Amino acid sequence: MTPEEIISKHPRTNDNLLNILHDLQNNHPEQYLTHEAMDKVAQYLNMTKSSVYGVVDYYSMLSTQPRGKYIIRLCISPVCHIKKASGMLAHLEQTLGIRAGETTSDKLFTIEVAECLGQCQEAPSMMINEKVYNNLTEERIKEILAQYK
Amino acid sequence: MIKETRVTLKNIGKINPESIDDYIATGGYEGLKKALTMKPFSIIDEILEAGLRGRGGAGFSTGMKKKFTSESCQSCPQRYVVVNADEGEPGTFKDRVIMEQDPHIYLEGTIIAAYSIRATKAYIYLRGEYTDSITRTRKAIADAYERGFLGKNILNSGFDCDVELRLGAGSYLCGEELTMLESLEGKRGNPRIKPPFPAEKGVFGAPTLVNNVETLANVPLIIKNGKEWYRQFGTERSAGTKIFTVSGQVNKPGYYEVEMGITLRQLIDDLCGGMLDGKPFKAALLGGAAGTFVDVSMLDERMTYDNLKEKGATLGSGAVIVMAEEDSIYEVLHSCLRFFKHESCGKCVPCRVGTTLMVKDLERLKNGVSDKEALVQKLVKDSKMIASTSLCPLGQSPILPMESAARYFTDELVS
Ligand SMILES: Cc1cc2nc3c(=O)[nH]c(=O)nc-3n(C[C@H](O)[C@H](O)[C@H](O)COP(=O)(O)O)c2cc1C
Ligand code: FES
Repeated sequence: MTPEEIISKHPRTNDNLLNILHDLQNNHPEQYLTHEAMDKVAQYLNMTKSSVYGVVDYYSMLSTQPRGKYIIRLCISPVCHIKKASGMLAHLEQTLGIRAGETTSDKLFTIEVAECLGQCQEAPSMMINEKVYNNLTEERIKEILAQYK
Repeated sequence: MIKETRVTLKNIGKINPESIDDYIATGGYEGLKKALTMKPFSIIDEILEAGLRGRGGAGFSTGMKKKFTSESCQSCPQRYVVVNADEGEPGTFKDRVIMEQDPHIYLEGTIIAAYSIRATKAYIYLRGEYTDSITRTRKAIADAYERGFLGKNILNSGFDCDVELRLGAGSYLCGEELTMLESLEGKRGNPRIKPPFPAEKGVFGAPTLVNNVETLANVPLIIKNGKEWYRQFGTERSAGTKIFTVSGQVNKPGYYEVEMGITLRQLIDDLCGGMLDGKPFKAALLGGAAGTFVDVSMLDERMTYDNLKEKGATLGSGAVIVMAEEDSIYEVLHSCLRFFKHESCGKCVPCRVGTTLMVKDLERLKNGVSDKEALVQKLVKDSKMIASTSLCPLGQSPILPMESAARYFTDELVS
């Protein structure tokens, strides 16, 4: 679908802005919002470009940079933190050879850190795109990543 | 031995959350049917007298809030209900359980709430990361339309109501009700000045009732079974049940719905199977990052809104993060302060700069500063300053874990 087609599925009111931006981002193979797409949203909702950019900039799930096919969101909030999330982050970074916020050169993975994913009873936790993984250990992370390669 | 009292969670694990027929078979939508035969103000009175208080953290009387929203601005053509489904307080996952496993119960509560304040439109503002909650809620809404529980002339009552889903995009602050309204209007999540409260001037300037998912899940049951039935649970001033989400060093972490007024010891020993591997209890963080530390001296205090408040603690969202002797208060506090620094929207300078400085100062405790006690005192003082000079409740939050950590654990922090 083209950005226009995606945008026009949504009603033309400002309260639909975040829904539209999610939809555009999820449908882009590199999971991000291009300037072209944001400009079209601004036009559609009769908003200024700068207000649309401002919104995209504010929300941590929205990105203006190309990202990998799989976005890994690792929780670093208090419960995961005491369950050694920092070790898990270091392990992810080492295994994939990138830092949090970066994308692998094959454009497969992006690592992001996230706040509490609401999975604290089985911390530490992460999501890969829409799927949740709990009770993480280095061993388990290795197995999980293998499924995506 | 305390047991769970499942009221809002009564259907969990017993029904297929994607089946509206399953939900109806448990008596679902009977609360709505009954509500539609009542006058809107009698519904508000029923909720008021049932003693329901907001489960999103602040514990404000739900009936009062409905009354204010219903009575404000009589000339306004539209009123709204906004469902706070943006659960983001670290350690909290009660709303997720409801949304994933019994989405109709809070949807039914939403429709009743709309009818009671004469709103014909409700928005559910749901956290963007909660993908299963989103899918289930979306299906629940579609099925409710199909069965005539939503849309025009609901069950031939003449009442119209639409519910729409809006997704959050990764901002803790948007869980704060006024900020949520900004976000709903397609803006950056910067807080609004209070007053006006949402009841007076909410989304698009119209009177708006903002309620949490768990709060709304209680509503159909109160209407269906009556306020006396509801009042048999809990205490005089904290009626009903509360879902606690327990994480950390217990044998069975998870979600537990209990009558208001149980103690932390009962929660840990009777429901969570005791401390993990019998380790000694050291502390709990009640209410999440915007919550308070308690130590062993609080184990036998009744966990009601008022009793905890009197003792300088908070019930908050119902998050209970349990720590054992081996866990470091410094690490948990650091993680809370780092969280606020990350989530500060940056609008108020004291909050933006202050939360950053607090993290740096706390780290100085580990870098051989000479007078550590003075540093802890400074951190408490700074958190007070940030609280009194920031616009919104985010800036008023760091003081909660900071001051309680200093109260109970200064010795450990300075060691
Ligand atoms: C920083 C901050 C974050 C909040 N996050 C949430 C949240 O995720 N969910 C929620 O229901 N309430 C949250 N609240 C509380 C809401 O502002 C508001 O009190 C609540 O939605 C009212 O609903 P209730 O009366 O049903 O509890 C938050 C408050 C603050 C200050
Ligand atoms: S703190 Fe990591 S899932 Fe809640």
